[in-house]
Amino acid sequence: METEDDLCNTNWGSSSSKSREPGSSDCGNSTFAGFTSQQKWEDASILDYEMGVEPGLQESIQANVDFLQGVRAQAWDPRTMLSNLSFMEQKIHQLQDLVHLLVGRGGQLQGRQDELAAQQQQLITTDLTSIIIQLISTAGSLLPSVKHNMSTAPGPFTGQPGSAVFPYVREANNVASQSQNNNNCGAREFDLPKPVLVDEREGHVVEEHEMKDEDDVEEGENLPPGSYEILQLEKEEILAPHTHFCTICGKGFKRDANLRMHMRGHGDEYKTAAALAKPNKESVPGSEPMLIKRYSCPFLGCKRNKEHKKFQPLKTILCVKNHYKRTHCDKSFTCSRCHTKKFSVIADLKTHEKHCGKNKWLCSCGTTFSRKDKLFGHIALFQGHTPAIPLEETKPSASTSTQRGSSEGGNNNQGMVGFNLGSASNANQETTQPGMTDGRICFEESFSPMNFDTCNFGGFHEFPRLMFDDSESSFQMLIANACGFSPRNVGESVSDTSL
Amino acid sequence: MKKVKQIRVLKPFDLLSEELVFIILDLISPNPSDLKSFSLTCKSFYQLESKHRGSLKPLRSDYLPRILTRYRNTTDLDLTFCPRVTDYALSVVGCLSGPTLRSLDLSRSGSFSAAGLLRLALKCVNLVEIDLSNATEMRDADAAVVAEARSLERLKLGRCKMLTDMGIGCIAVGCKKLNTVSLKWCVGVGDLGVGLLAVKCKDIRTLDLSYLPITGKCLHDILKLQHLEELLLEGCFGVDDDSLKSLRHDCKSLKKLDASSCQNLTHRGLTSLLSGAGYLQRLDLSHCSSVISLDFASSLKKVSALQSIRLDGCSVTPDGLKAIGTLCNSLKEVSLSKCVSVTDEGLSSLVMKLKDLRKLDITCCRKLSRVSITQIANSCPLLVSLKMESCSLVSREAFWLIGQKCRLLEELDLTDNEIDDEGLKSISSCLSLSSLKLGICLNITDKGLSYIGMGCSNLRELDLYRSVGITDVGISTIAQGCIHLETINISYCQDITDKSLVSLSKCSLLQTFESRGCPNITSQGLAAIAVRCKRLAKVDLKKCPSINDAGLLALAHFSQNLKQINVSDTAVTEVGLLSLANIGCLQNIAVVNSSGLRPSGVAAALLGCGGLRKAKLHASLRSLLPLSLIHHLEARGCAFLWKDNTLQAELDPKYWKQQLEEMAP
Repeated sequence: METEDDLCNTNWGSSSSKSREPGSSDCGNSTFAGFTSQQKWEDASILDYEMGVEPGLQESIQANVDFLQGVRAQAWDPRTMLSNLSFMEQKIHQLQDLVHLLVGRGGQLQGRQDELAAQQQQLITTDLTSIIIQLISTAGSLLPSVKHNMSTAPGPFTGQPGSAVFPYVREANNVASQSQNNNNCGAREFDLPKPVLVDEREGHVVEEHEMKDEDDVEEGENLPPGSYEILQLEKEEILAPHTHFCTICGKGFKRDANLRMHMRGHGDEYKTAAALAKPNKESVPGSEPMLIKRYSCPFLGCKRNKEHKKFQPLKTILCVKNHYKRTHCDKSFTCSRCHTKKFSVIADLKTHEKHCGKNKWLCSCGTTFSRKDKLFGHIALFQGHTPAIPLEETKPSASTSTQRGSSEGGNNNQGMVGFNLGSASNANQETTQPGMTDGRICFEESFSPMNFDTCNFGGFHEFPRLMFDDSESSFQMLIANACGFSPRNVGESVSDTSL
Repeated sequence: MKKVKQIRVLKPFDLLSEELVFIILDLISPNPSDLKSFSLTCKSFYQLESKHRGSLKPLRSDYLPRILTRYRNTTDLDLTFCPRVTDYALSVVGCLSGPTLRSLDLSRSGSFSAAGLLRLALKCVNLVEIDLSNATEMRDADAAVVAEARSLERLKLGRCKMLTDMGIGCIAVGCKKLNTVSLKWCVGVGDLGVGLLAVKCKDIRTLDLSYLPITGKCLHDILKLQHLEELLLEGCFGVDDDSLKSLRHDCKSLKKLDASSCQNLTHRGLTSLLSGAGYLQRLDLSHCSSVISLDFASSLKKVSALQSIRLDGCSVTPDGLKAIGTLCNSLKEVSLSKCVSVTDEGLSSLVMKLKDLRKLDITCCRKLSRVSITQIANSCPLLVSLKMESCSLVSREAFWLIGQKCRLLEELDLTDNEIDDEGLKSISSCLSLSSLKLGICLNITDKGLSYIGMGCSNLRELDLYRSVGITDVGISTIAQGCIHLETINISYCQDITDKSLVSLSKCSLLQTFESRGCPNITSQGLAAIAVRCKRLAKVDLKKCPSINDAGLLALAHFSQNLKQINVSDTAVTEVGLLSLANIGCLQNIAVVNSSGLRPSGVAAALLGCGGLRKAKLHASLRSLLPLSLIHHLEARGCAFLWKDNTLQAELDPKYWKQQLEEMAP
């Protein structure tokens, strides 16, 4: 324990001195000292996580909570508080002396007052700032413990393990952001008061997280491995339609709120305000240093699986569900409008159906846009992409779909592969590639009238080969392929594009 | 011709190298008939000539297969004479002169589609320039085909109204080498298409965006172009101060900016537009909505190297003009045409600073008096062009000074002025004068004109419209002295007779002859001109009642270059009209109110003139001509104008001018 404490101190010291202005190096030392003393109570939470990781891996949630409560009780230390206060007193005295000195010398150095005054002001401001910050943080450290004392009622997660999952995760997220701030020394001065604010507006924060639950992208979260607890749900658990079950009749629900509404039917005791209230609203102490929860995908070999070398954990249960369905399940929901796009998450299908058919702005690469300016921005960005002119409305849609099929089958050759590679490097491969195949289709559709017309003059093979030399765009290669050029020539153009 | 004859005498055809013959051909090429006689000399000359010629302007697209087979080295093909160019014709062009063709003009042609263009784009791989203006039916899909011409550098798409951003986007991506683009009147193209053009085609030098619904947004991209030299924004109402507010650019290459008729552009927008264009040379602010005041002129601070400024139709203050003179004192061209608020004070303070002024246009600045003209003459000795139509307050003495001081004048427009014979005598000392307009100058007589005839031997254009003091004597001195005369207008000079026409026939270079409303000229005089002026291209004989079929027969036989003729209100019958069918390149015919015209004769004449583009006929003929014939002619590319005005009795010339002045504000 002591060695780790020291390590933390040195870390603090080096980074805090970095964040100071070079002009006030003399008082930089004193603030450094201030932070080290303050560190004693800050470190406790970090250590909690370290300890929590090992037993928390497969243990039940209940055990974790008990453990954390124990730690929390330790965190309130009057001695630490006393040392903090006495340090601050000392600091204020130092500052007072400095100001006295400056007042005394003020009359003698009239001439150089201008340049000196600025330096002095800076010096005092820095010292004052550090005192204020310490005061706030000391006061802030009191708050969670006060809250903890107040929360006498037992936590709702003790009742039903299943229903406790969601609120718990949210709390974990709060703590995660807090601990992140603590680790980040550069931003420390301004972030420290934050935990206090988070506590007061707990409701709002939770709502924010609810909104963010949808995207399972880990935005810039760089938790060091081992600083969080990894949970792994089983496949059946993930795919289960309901997560909340009625203890009386066994009926399943997707949301806890729905379950509570259902419970009203089982008797008057469930109709009280307390029973209907959101169970975790007041009872769970939010900002207390809790173990962050991260989730692992049960699919072996997945990047989201904890066995993976570059494991990236999932943030919430919902993330796990969506990830598992999207990546490892069949896409069973087909769009009723275009009959091509398939989805495994029904919400994705609904989002798509909202916009399906509205994307009338087409690029030659197959990407569609609902807004013209977005298409032109796309074309301006990528080399060789051109706007695709849509077909005349007179053309029946049935014929285009058959054409689509034939062209997909016919063009499965080297040139096509090159085309895909060439443009797929532009964007995220996973999302672009389905679009790529579409792109080929769109292109052929839009230029089929040309094909028809040129047939009158004897077909493409009559064209001079020179035309295809400048094959920077995927567009020309397609013609080359369609006209049955020699494979050598196609190969050349492929290499050109991939460059 | 002389050189050709020498060769023929010596007959060293085999010894003569191709290069030498080509040099000879270069020298005689200005006259097409010389080239024709050269190629008809012998077989080897015929072949050499077909090898040498690079530019063609065929009269009918039907001839294309034959002429392109003969002229294998055609680089420039101008199809403006062919109203109907089918896909087949374009395919022929592609096949016969594929890689050699560099420039193609289809601005006056129709009837082709995307298929023909694709054929052209794929075959003519070295096509550098194409003019597709007036292709009003052209759509985005056709533009996508144009984009296949990868080597294209100059592209004109004026009035392609169906084109949208998508089509322009295709062209921008496909034709990366574009350096000159004209999108004038492409009203379907907006900021996005133009912006993409600027992003993709980095070599653009000239960009014409006149009358496009663009805002200042796309100018941010355009002004980043490294080589941009000319930017034309005429009539872009969407370009306003707000959209230019954040414009920060450093377009050092910009030389010409046309912001005329941009009604929502004031000096604030202009300041940001000019902020980075420090090397701007030409600025057009015609028909600008705001007053050219001191404030406005201050926006020109950054462009002190300006050489030309146009402020046509603007309201200007004396302060503004003075400030322009102080800020841009290297100005060489100033146009204040129709700036009715220009005063002597303003103009004097402007020209005082401009010692280097070459061209000045003060047309219809009616407040100007002798003071301004004296100041101009005294401070601008290098003046080359002076246009001062309708400066009616300027007294006759002022013109004496012009001739004395501005000896370098080449172009002088004195229409509707008080100039007299003394003034003309003074002007005759401008030896290099090539264009002189003396319309509605009621104070000049034969005496004054004889000074011009004796002095200005380089005169090419003379306008004597309604200068009623002129008779045959004056015209004959001009015809003797100015043998290079190309254009003459003697309309409504009622004393002119056939004698003038006979003397004018000495000017063998005559191309345009306008003698509207001359009752004394007859077919004999016309025949004299027709016989000797082989280059005659435009003839206006309206209201010459003595002109009859005999004159037209002579024209039809001798003037094979005639393109435009007006024989309204003459004694011409359908016989004369029918004879005009003999002229291959006739494009415009106007026959209104000629009594004795039978519909069948007119129909035959119209059918006979294969290259006809415009026919102006009396409205009564509309119902008499068969509808199918009109449709046929319209399909061939001929537009009809039906006129229904009755002949008005000719008014007394003095009274006519009085009436005109009453109408003017």
